[in-house]
Amino acid sequence: MAENSSKYYVPESSPWPLFGSIGLFLIAIGAANFIQQSTQFGQNTLRADGTWGQYVLMAGVLWMIATMFFWWRDTIKESLTGLHNEQLSGSYRQGMIWFIFSEVMFFGALFGALFYARWLIIPWLGGAGNNAMTHELLWPGFQAMWPLTTTPDGRTTQVMGAWGLPAINTAILIVSSITLTIAHHALIVGERGRLILFQGITILLGLFFLSLQVYEYYHAYHELGLTLEAGIYGSLFFFLTGFHGIHVSMGTLMLIVCFFRILKGHFTKENHFVYEASAWYWHFVDVVWLFLFVVVYWL
Amino acid sequence: MTAVAAHHDHHDDHHHAPHGLKRWLFSTNHKDIGTLYLWFSFAMFMVGGFMALVIRAELMYPGMQVVDPEFFNQMTTVHGLIMVFGAVMPATVGLANWMIPLMIGAPDMALPRMNNWSFWILPFAFTILIGSVLMSAFGEGNPSAPNFGWTFYAPLSTKYGPASTDLFILSVHMMGISSIMGAINVIVTVLNMRAPGMTMMKMPLFVWAWLITAFLLVAVMPVLAGAVTMMLTDRHFGTSFFDAAGGGDPVLFQHIFWFFGHPEVYIMILPSFGIVSAIIPAFARKPLFGYASMVYATASIALLSFVVWAHHMFTVGMPLAGTLFFMYMTMLISVPTGVKVFNWVATMWRGSLTFELPMKWALAFVVLFTCGGLSGLMLALTPVDFQYHDTYFVVAHFHYVLVSGAIFSIFAAAYYWLPKWSGVMPNTFLGELHFWNSLLSVNLLFFPMHFVGLAGMPRRYADYALQFADYNWWISVGAFWFGISQLLFVAVCVLCAMKKGKKAEAAPWDGAEGLEWTVPSPAPFHTFDTPPVIK
Repeated sequence: MAENSSKYYVPESSPWPLFGSIGLFLIAIGAANFIQQSTQFGQNTLRADGTWGQYVLMAGVLWMIATMFFWWRDTIKESLTGLHNEQLSGSYRQGMIWFIFSEVMFFGALFGALFYARWLIIPWLGGAGNNAMTHELLWPGFQAMWPLTTTPDGRTTQVMGAWGLPAINTAILIVSSITLTIAHHALIVGERGRLILFQGITILLGLFFLSLQVYEYYHAYHELGLTLEAGIYGSLFFFLTGFHGIHVSMGTLMLIVCFFRILKGHFTKENHFVYEASAWYWHFVDVVWLFLFVVVYWL
Repeated sequence: MTAVAAHHDHHDDHHHAPHGLKRWLFSTNHKDIGTLYLWFSFAMFMVGGFMALVIRAELMYPGMQVVDPEFFNQMTTVHGLIMVFGAVMPATVGLANWMIPLMIGAPDMALPRMNNWSFWILPFAFTILIGSVLMSAFGEGNPSAPNFGWTFYAPLSTKYGPASTDLFILSVHMMGISSIMGAINVIVTVLNMRAPGMTMMKMPLFVWAWLITAFLLVAVMPVLAGAVTMMLTDRHFGTSFFDAAGGGDPVLFQHIFWFFGHPEVYIMILPSFGIVSAIIPAFARKPLFGYASMVYATASIALLSFVVWAHHMFTVGMPLAGTLFFMYMTMLISVPTGVKVFNWVATMWRGSLTFELPMKWALAFVVLFTCGGLSGLMLALTPVDFQYHDTYFVVAHFHYVLVSGAIFSIFAAAYYWLPKWSGVMPNTFLGELHFWNSLLSVNLLFFPMHFVGLAGMPRRYADYALQFADYNWWISVGAFWFGISQLLFVAVCVLCAMKKGKKAEAAPWDGAEGLEWTVPSPAPFHTFDTPPVIK
């Protein structure tokens, strides 16, 4: 029985899940109020004089960060004292894989919207199929094209080309995947110096990618007239690249946390689940970018 | 048996069960979290049911008498949302929490803290949703709660949505986070925590059904998140996803929604298939007929659910080829579903049947779910659906599969496993009253809806033509009868929770098989700290 009971580890009870729920609650009501106060849309304002949303939202975000910090601090402490075992490590790995699968499905929905718009909505609005009368009655002057530079109601934008910054960004992400793999390999064979060096390079590449994205958005807004309001092309462009950018930010943050944990000597070649999970996540955002580059920027 | 019990007593000294409020708020115990899920879903069932009764009170007579049409729309919307996301889904998650570790010989769910987070998100998310209804009913100026139907189609929910739509969107995000984490937990538990010897094809069908359900949840909840996020930006940040003037399309919303929504339907019914596949063999005293075919049928239903979504939108003007594809795919689903119904019946064939309460509910499920399945087959036929679309026939169809299907199977599960959860047998007298009243009233409630639907009564209206008056009166009588009958179930559950009743043995149903019956009743706080041996 003694050797068997070490097979499982059921963690002690913890306040952090409840705190996390409270954090999400604060973020939800704060964000809803803040968005309503700070954006213009019809008559959709909850209270014209209320401005509490931004404070609740900020409090929620800080609350959430603190909760995650304490939750993971407990988990790391338990891991370092050797409470975790093969069984739990397997659960973590599988859990991470399924989380990434759920992210794939999220991006799948966005890509699906892109293809639906490009292959069906725009041609139909232009009169394709049995939609000649739709075209004639709604917007007879509308020209079907992709990317959609002139919307049915006449908003215009320019197209973001593929072979400038986006191509550089593609190269950056591919190289960062390679440097991360080198770092991971260094961790497994125990070459600490190489691990720290290439982990650092990967983080810098991630930050470089993000700053180029920010510059690209600036360029889109100020020189191309490509905005969220620019019709379905702008909506899809910013949704796909924006959510990808958020994921790169989270991935970079994970790599930075791993960097500091490497410096503290937390990872051994047998026990480095968090490092592996961050690497998987990084490769996942890399693959999403490749699809994105092909269907959003290039074709 | 005694060895197992002694072992648990010994172990409880080490892992002492926490007491008081902390036990429930900070729990990492799958049984406690399962209990929380079950009570929460029951509370939501009552709230959603109350809203249904408001709807039926208004529709009892033609003309307007109880609420104004605006509030009526809010009732139909929030009733649907609460029943789907607050009652049926959390109830089956509660059953999964309680039963899966017991059935596969695991000490707990694989990720217990995340499990607790999955649960505790829900009360907060529903506080937001129900709060908007309370504001609408009692708040200053009566700001509208969500009023666009539970499917929240654009542009009703974007351009014309009330202010509370934003709160609704963020509460859906929270429910999605909860569901995805809960589902990942189930998958990992099943794949990684089975006792030695518990091979995949030895798992009880309830575990199989939930594994496949969890896969569907992880696959489609993110798609719902994408849909509501697009709604939010369409409402406030000027995007044009669902606005044709900017090159988008309101029908795009329907495609994304139903790509989530159709698998969601199976998310609500697959666990029921698992429950019934556990109960019928127990009371027929025969092994389940065609175990492997049941597994494959469940998996086929799940995979097909990804390619049938547009049968909810035959009337939006899709190209003919698309319509035909979705029609044939939908009809194909009746094959694996037919396999399941056949297997349940074949399990009972020449069995030594007895009709204790769980079996009664399971049998009612088989008959009434099949009835709902047949009306579904009618709706799958595109030319016929043009006639039935958005009528009470559709309402009848999905209430047969969800109320007398999913909810009845959840009752079956509760009567079957309450002895294990509480240590006492559910009160038979109250249980029988509950069953017979529910069975009769549910049919009075939903069967005439087929007739008014075929005759053309549209759904989601606060009033109707005089020709539908008689049927609607009977439907409302059935609704109140059904609603009041559920108070009997409150009494059954409260009696069990207070441990009032006949003490339950470890294996109270003599034909029942499975690891959950090898531990004492009520199940100790910790079970299977050492994995059991599976022959």
